[in-house]
Amino acid sequence: MSAAIARLRTTSGAHRSASILIGWAIVATVLPFVVAYLPPFSTFQSANLWIDGFTNAGVLILLALGLNIVVGYAGLLDLGYAAFYAIGAYTYAFGASPIYGLHVPFWPMLLVGAVAAAMFGIMLGAPTLRLRGDYLAIVTLGFGEIVPAVFLNADKFTKGTNGIGGVYRPNFLGEFPIIDPKPYYIAMVVILALVMVAVYRLQDSRLGRAWAAIREDELAAASNGINTVTTKLLAFALGASVAGFAGVFEASKLTLVSPDQFIFQVSFTVLAAVVLGGMGNPWGVAVGAFVLYTIQSVLLKGLNTFFDTLALPAIGPINLASIDFTQYQFLLYGLALVGMMLLRPEGLFPSSRRRRELHAETEAGGDELGPDPSSSPVEEA
Amino acid sequence: MTEDVEGVVEVQVEDIGQLAAEVDMGEDVVLAAVKVTKSFGGLVAVREVDLEIPRGDIVSLIGPNGAGKTTFFNVIAGILDPTSGHVAFDKRTMIARPIRAWFEPIVWVVPAILAGLVAAGALLLNASPTVVSLLILLALGLLIVMFLAAIVRPRWYLRVLLRAGVFRSARPNDMVKAGIGRTFQNIRLFANMTALENVQVGMHHTLRANAADALFSTPRARTEERTSADTATDYLRLVGLADRRGELAKNLPYGDQRRLELARALGSQPKLLLLDEPTAGMNPRETIEMTRLIDRLRKDLGLSILLIEHDMKVVMGISDRIYVLDHGELIAQGSPEEVRSNPRVIEAYLGKPAA
Repeated sequence: MSAAIARLRTTSGAHRSASILIGWAIVATVLPFVVAYLPPFSTFQSANLWIDGFTNAGVLILLALGLNIVVGYAGLLDLGYAAFYAIGAYTYAFGASPIYGLHVPFWPMLLVGAVAAAMFGIMLGAPTLRLRGDYLAIVTLGFGEIVPAVFLNADKFTKGTNGIGGVYRPNFLGEFPIIDPKPYYIAMVVILALVMVAVYRLQDSRLGRAWAAIREDELAAASNGINTVTTKLLAFALGASVAGFAGVFEASKLTLVSPDQFIFQVSFTVLAAVVLGGMGNPWGVAVGAFVLYTIQSVLLKGLNTFFDTLALPAIGPINLASIDFTQYQFLLYGLALVGMMLLRPEGLFPSSRRRRELHAETEAGGDELGPDPSSSPVEEA
Repeated sequence: MTEDVEGVVEVQVEDIGQLAAEVDMGEDVVLAAVKVTKSFGGLVAVREVDLEIPRGDIVSLIGPNGAGKTTFFNVIAGILDPTSGHVAFDKRTMIARPIRAWFEPIVWVVPAILAGLVAAGALLLNASPTVVSLLILLALGLLIVMFLAAIVRPRWYLRVLLRAGVFRSARPNDMVKAGIGRTFQNIRLFANMTALENVQVGMHHTLRANAADALFSTPRARTEERTSADTATDYLRLVGLADRRGELAKNLPYGDQRRLELARALGSQPKLLLLDEPTAGMNPRETIEMTRLIDRLRKDLGLSILLIEHDMKVVMGISDRIYVLDHGELIAQGSPEEVRSNPRVIEAYLGKPAA
């Protein structure tokens, strides 16, 4: 058995892109059947609702995979990631809605949205290049607030709070139907598969090594010939472009784009997914995003209906049936993150490198010899 | 020029042409530092140090703790801008105090302003609105291009800057590209990467695969990953670490970490190696091995080496020339024999003899 697993590991290592695609295809095919026919899932909600939920979870996974490039690979804390999601979504809304009378097809717009988001990634990344840690986080937080605020206040072009409605749905052998969520699901699975392959390839490339080097010790990286400026900008650009995909997809699915879809909570949720799943590991991050989405829109709603049906008597001021559990979403995230940082700071499924970074003391050789990346860039004479 | 720090009169190169032109430093000199001064606030860490490294030589920089050796290193490596003076490498002035830096932002906007003026002119001449709006878009585009160029600093941008009379020092990664590899006093390996990956990072600028190559897994990216791993193994073999290529840098013993840092610096195919106390903390046997290795690098690879070192046996054994710093000032230079018998050096190390 273990020999078979070992052989499987070697083959999948040699043909990683293919094995990712196969693994992904299996997961994506099996999942709908499980929830449609297997109790207790099948009793929970209808198969269509499940599949629709998976598609929404896919958007969150996509965002988490993109943010993972910035935070997990290059080690740049970005608290305003929703800005690029917004730019992708508005790009699609401008190009494919009645507002300007344009109807560019969905598929090319997917690329246009990604490119637009990447450009903004560079523009917003450029001023932050000299910043690290807390300062970087604060500036990105600012950008994350500015972008939706611009879309909100430029109401001549974006219809402000009302948002842009009537965004066209994608077309593939006919327009995607409103009622049937399957085409969206399949499209999301395809996009996710491609992004997954892409992020793995980036991780193991010359660029991925340069990102890891910058994350560990920026000065040493620069002193080894890595252009830290362009390398960091590439992280911002590539991370943002994935958010661009997500934005275009979400706009076409919801057929409405409004500024309140891109509030800070979105950035926070995505970051929580990355941290929860395991920074630096695409599969871990994907699972993290999936778990968060499921907690937020299945479990908490389920708790509501569960306690409603139980109809327990109120004990003093506590009436379980009247509590809206979805309101405690962020309380739960907070608790999960605190617990995570204390018990398993590397996340549920960390990349091997991150685990090594966070558990230095338990390994032979210890951390006493490792360079301190936070030490001052100028050594004393 | 101005007196920045009390007592230090700047000897700043005034003429930009002098910096832009090819420096005549003789065929056999690889690096020349001219009157390099670096002060931090009121503290002068390095004061008017002149230093030349002949091609293929081992030059040592010694001095008591706090003499300014590492600061000088950091200036040469492009990490610190000097307060005055300049450094030429391979006939190019790479490092000096910025000249007319305030003019740089003006360089960014000039193309856009010119395009804007043309647009305004077109508007006055009743050109068609499409032409005018195209020109305005052009102005915007130029602004973005210059903005990005200022960040990425491609070669053409630096040439434009020089034309405009602006000089900016090379960045550390530019110095590596030009051919200077370095190690650090307090080892700065990428602790959570394997020995092999560390050397591959060192080889970064010699590799070509870009983001697109990685995304589409082009033949270039795949062959380069393979060959770079082989080459990196060769460098590891050179320092005697080939059999530990898969181990994490932080799990290597101290002496091996020093050697790995050397292999990483070699990965960038330097012409000049800056070694900051390569034998610090090593036992006598390791020290002898390291000394032999440094000597071999000079002989086999033809490298020039600038060495900071405290171990006098090492310094006296392999140096062709020694510079002695004390309190930021050059107090002696010459062959090992000359330096050994120099009274000022003895005084700096041992103190004044009792009167």
